Amino acid sequence: MSAGGLSEVELAGQVIELVRRLGGPAAQAEAVVTRADLALTRFANSAIHQNVAESTVGVRLRLHVDGRTAAGSGSVVTADGLRALVERTLAAARLCPPDPGWPGLAPPTPAPAAPPVDEATAHAEPDQRADLVRAFVAAAGDLSTAGYCRTAHRSSAFANSAGHTAHGRSVEAAMDGIARRDGADGVARRCADRLSDLDGAELGAHAAAKAQAAADPVELPPGRYEVVFEPAAVADLLQNLSWYGFNGKRYAERQSFAEPGAAQFDPTVTLVDDPLGASGLPFDAEGTGRRALTLVEAGTTRAVAHDRRTAADAGAESTGHAVAGGATWGPMARNLRLSGAAAGPASAVGRSTTGTTAGAVVDADTAALVAGVRRGLLVTDLWYTRVLDPKSLVVTGLTRNGVWLVEDGTVVRAVRDLRFTESYPRALGPGAVLGLGGRPVRQPDRVDGAWWAAPPVRLASWHFTGGASG
Amino acid sequence: MTEFDAATAAVQAALDAGARYADARVMHRRYESMTARNGDVEELTQDESIGLGVRALVGSSWGFHAVPDLSDAAARDAGRRAARTAMASARVPGPPVDLVPVEAVTASWASGCQIDPLGVPLSDKGDLLVGATRTMAEHGADLAEGLYQIWDTAKWFVSSEGHRIDQRIRECGGGISATSIGDGETQRRSWPSYRGQYGTTGWELVESLDLAAHAAQIAEESRALLTAPPCPAGETDLILGGEQLALQIHESVGHAIELDRILGWEAAFAGTSWLDLAQLGSLRYGSELMNITIDPTIPGALGSFGFDDEGSPAVKRDAVRDGRWVGVLAGRDSAAMASLDYGGSVRADGWARLPMVRMTNVGLEPGPHTLEEIIAATDDGVLMDLNRSWSIDDKRLNFQFGCEVGWEIKKGRRGRMLRNPTYTGIGPLFWRSMDMLSGETVPWGTPNCGKGQPGQTGHTGHPSAPARFRNVRVGVSA
Repeated sequence: MSAGGLSEVELAGQVIELVRRLGGPAAQAEAVVTRADLALTRFANSAIHQNVAESTVGVRLRLHVDGRTAAGSGSVVTADGLRALVERTLAAARLCPPDPGWPGLAPPTPAPAAPPVDEATAHAEPDQRADLVRAFVAAAGDLSTAGYCRTAHRSSAFANSAGHTAHGRSVEAAMDGIARRDGADGVARRCADRLSDLDGAELGAHAAAKAQAAADPVELPPGRYEVVFEPAAVADLLQNLSWYGFNGKRYAERQSFAEPGAAQFDPTVTLVDDPLGASGLPFDAEGTGRRALTLVEAGTTRAVAHDRRTAADAGAESTGHAVAGGATWGPMARNLRLSGAAAGPASAVGRSTTGTTAGAVVDADTAALVAGVRRGLLVTDLWYTRVLDPKSLVVTGLTRNGVWLVEDGTVVRAVRDLRFTESYPRALGPGAVLGLGGRPVRQPDRVDGAWWAAPPVRLASWHFTGGASG
Repeated sequence: MTEFDAATAAVQAALDAGARYADARVMHRRYESMTARNGDVEELTQDESIGLGVRALVGSSWGFHAVPDLSDAAARDAGRRAARTAMASARVPGPPVDLVPVEAVTASWASGCQIDPLGVPLSDKGDLLVGATRTMAEHGADLAEGLYQIWDTAKWFVSSEGHRIDQRIRECGGGISATSIGDGETQRRSWPSYRGQYGTTGWELVESLDLAAHAAQIAEESRALLTAPPCPAGETDLILGGEQLALQIHESVGHAIELDRILGWEAAFAGTSWLDLAQLGSLRYGSELMNITIDPTIPGALGSFGFDDEGSPAVKRDAVRDGRWVGVLAGRDSAAMASLDYGGSVRADGWARLPMVRMTNVGLEPGPHTLEEIIAATDDGVLMDLNRSWSIDDKRLNFQFGCEVGWEIKKGRRGRMLRNPTYTGIGPLFWRSMDMLSGETVPWGTPNCGKGQPGQTGHTGHPSAPARFRNVRVGVSA
C-alpha cells in the first residue's frame, strides 16, 4: 500500500492518526513532513566539477506517552513505512525513563503570514544555475574561480495531536565564489529569495577585484588591531553569538554570556532574529509560529531564544526557535540581522583605495568605515572559528579571502592571513564599535534556511595572536 | 524490485540519456542516538532512511541526482536527471575527465560485529548513560553529559562497468563529559574523548569503554580545573596524548593529503593544501619517526570498509614513510587527473550525497617508547590531552588546538594540572619536531568530519599514540 501522492499536510495528519490508533488517546504527538528539492552547482578551477540535485521527503515524529518521550524520523512515506515509524517510536518511548520536563504540545494557533515564494526559484533548472556560474567565471577574466550556486525549495507541514496544524513553503538561492590570483583569494557571497536576484557577473567582478587587490601580501606581527569587518566576517560573529549566547538552553545552564536587561554591547548594536524577513517557513519544529525576536536593542540584551522546553523551564513563552534534535543543542536563532547605522555612513564618498590595492573596498559602506581608521586592518572573511570557552565566548580562527592594512583612512597593502583569539561579546562591547555601515547584506549559511545579515562593522580592537608563519 | 534492480535501472537510464559512465548507490541506514544529562535521558532519536543516488558522466561533465524512491520509474527518472544535470555542467566545461581503471567485481562485505548495537535493549543503553551521568553530577559536575550513536548501513552499488557490490557496515560508539562552570568560564573533562570513541564494530566497543568507572574521576577533574593554574605562555616541549594526536593527524595530515584539495576542487570552501604534487615522493613532511598510512582494512576502525563508494577495493597505502610524503587520498577521477594509478578513498555520507574524497583510516605507525618513558625523558614541558577546540587554515598549515587538560612536566615527572592549554604551529615544522613516539596505539574514530557542499559528515579513523614535539608555542589566550 502506498501513501505516495499525498500532500505533506495529509501525510502529517496520517502520522498523528496512526499515533492515536496505535498509542491510545492519551498519546501526545507532533509530526513534521517536509519535501525538499535542493540543488547545488559547484565550480572549481573555473569549471563546473560537481553538480548535484536531490528530491527528498522526510517525516519527523516526536511523541510523549505514559510520561515518556522519544523521537523518530524516516524517509519512507508508504503506509507501511509510516506505520513502522510510529510503531518503533512508540516502542522507544515506552522503554525510555520518565520525562518530567515534557512541556506539552503547541496549542492550535494561527500561523503567521509568511512571505510569498518565488516559483521560478523553486523549480529552477540546472541550466539556470550553470549560467550564473558562467557569468561569474567570465567576469573574473583570467583569474581562477571556485564556488557554488544553489537553490532550495522546501514544502513542510506540521500537525500535532492537540489539533494544531500549519504548513508553509520556503525558497532560497545563494551564490558564493572566490577568484584567485597567485594564491590570493577574493570572495563574493550572497543569499536571496529569488535566483533572479543573484547577479553572477557582479559577484564574479567583485571577487576578482578583491583577489587582484590581495596580491603580494606582507606579514604583520601579531597584536591588537583596530579592524573593519566586511559582512562575510560579521556573519561569523552573529552565528557564534546565536549558537552559544542567545541559546535558551545554554543560558539556563549558565553557559551563556547573555544577561537580559544588561547593557552588554555597544549602544550601536541592535540584533534581531527575523525568520520571516525573507522567505522562510512560518513555524518551527514544534509548530510554534516564527516571528521577529529582538535579542539586543541598542546595546542592551533583551532576550534569548526559546523552544517549548526551555521556555517552560524559564517560565516564558516559546519564541519559535525549536529545531529538530534540539533537546540536546537547545533552541537556535538562525536568521540574525545586525541593524545598520540609522543614518548610514556619514562620508560614503567612494572607495578609499588606489593603486595596487584598488578593489579591496568594494562598497561605499566599507569605504566610509575604512576612511576613519588611523591604523588597522580590513578583514573580508573569517574561517574555521572554534570556541575555546563557551561562557566568555572566546573564539579562535583565521582571516581568509583578503586582509589589508589601513593607514590614515587608506588601504595601503595586502596582508597575509592572521590567526586571532578573541571574546566575541567583548569585541562588540560598550565603546568597542566605532562604526556600522548602513546596509545589511544577507550572507548564506552552509545550509539553506539559515542566514546572517550584517553591514560592515568597525571595531576598536581585535586580538590577532599569530601570523601565517605561526 | 530489489535494491540492485533499482540501482541497475538508474545506471541504464543514465546511459540511455547519453552518459558514457554511470554508477548508482542504494543506501539503507538506520541511526539511533541517545543523550543523557545529569542523570536523566535527554533525547532519544531513531532514524531510518533509504534512497538512491546516481552519478552520470556525460563527456567530461558530472551530474548527480538522488531520490528516496526505489521504484523502477523513480530510479530511471533519477538516472535521466543525473545525465541532464551533467549536460548542464558542460556549459562551464573543464579539462577531460578520465577514471583510473578498477576491476569490476561482484562482491559482498560486512564489518565485524559481536553484539548488534540496535539489538541491545534501549533500557540497558539508557541505564548506562543515566548511571554514568548521575555519578558525574554527584561528584561535582554542573553538566554531566553522556551519549551513544549507532549507524547500521546497507549499501548496494552498481556501475556501468559491471560492479555489483553490497556492503553492511555497523558503526557505534559513545562517551561521557563533565562540565564545571566557574566565574566567567567553563571547564570540561571527558572520557574517552569529547564525543567518545567510535568504530566499525558492535556494542562491545561501548562496553569496553567502561563509562561508569571513569565518571567520578572526570567530574572531579573538571572541578579541579576551575582553580588550576593556567597553561603558561611560551615555547616548550610538548607531549600530546594519543586522542589529541589523532586530531592533529586528521587536520594537519589527513586533510592535507586529500587529492581533491590539492587539485583545487575544494578551494572555495574546505580549502586547498600546502602540498604540491610535484613534490610527491621527495617532500620532507616530518621527522623520520613519522610513518602515516592510509588503511581502510583495519578491523573495527571507524574508517574501514570493503569497497569505497565508486567500487574500489580497500587497500593499505603509505602516505608518509620515514618522514617523506609518498601518497594521497584519491578517487578515480582525481587520480587520473594527477596521473596517479589508484583511487579507493571516495565515500558519501548518505544516498542523497555525491561521493567525494574522504579520509579512511589515516594513522601513525607506532614508535618504540611508552608515554611514561617519554615523560621521564622530558626535563621541562607540558603534557596535553583530549581535544577541546580545533582550528587550522585553509591550506592546512597554521593550526591552533586547545585541550581539555594539561600537566606540567618537570625533571621527568608529571606535576600540576594546567587549565586552558593550547598550542599552535605550522604543520610540517611541527611534525619535523617529533622526536619521541610511543607504541600505545589506539584507532581513534572521528564521526564528525565536515566537508563538501552540500555538507557531508564523514567517519574517519586515526590510529595514534602519545608523542613528543620540541619547542612548540603553547598558552595562547585572548
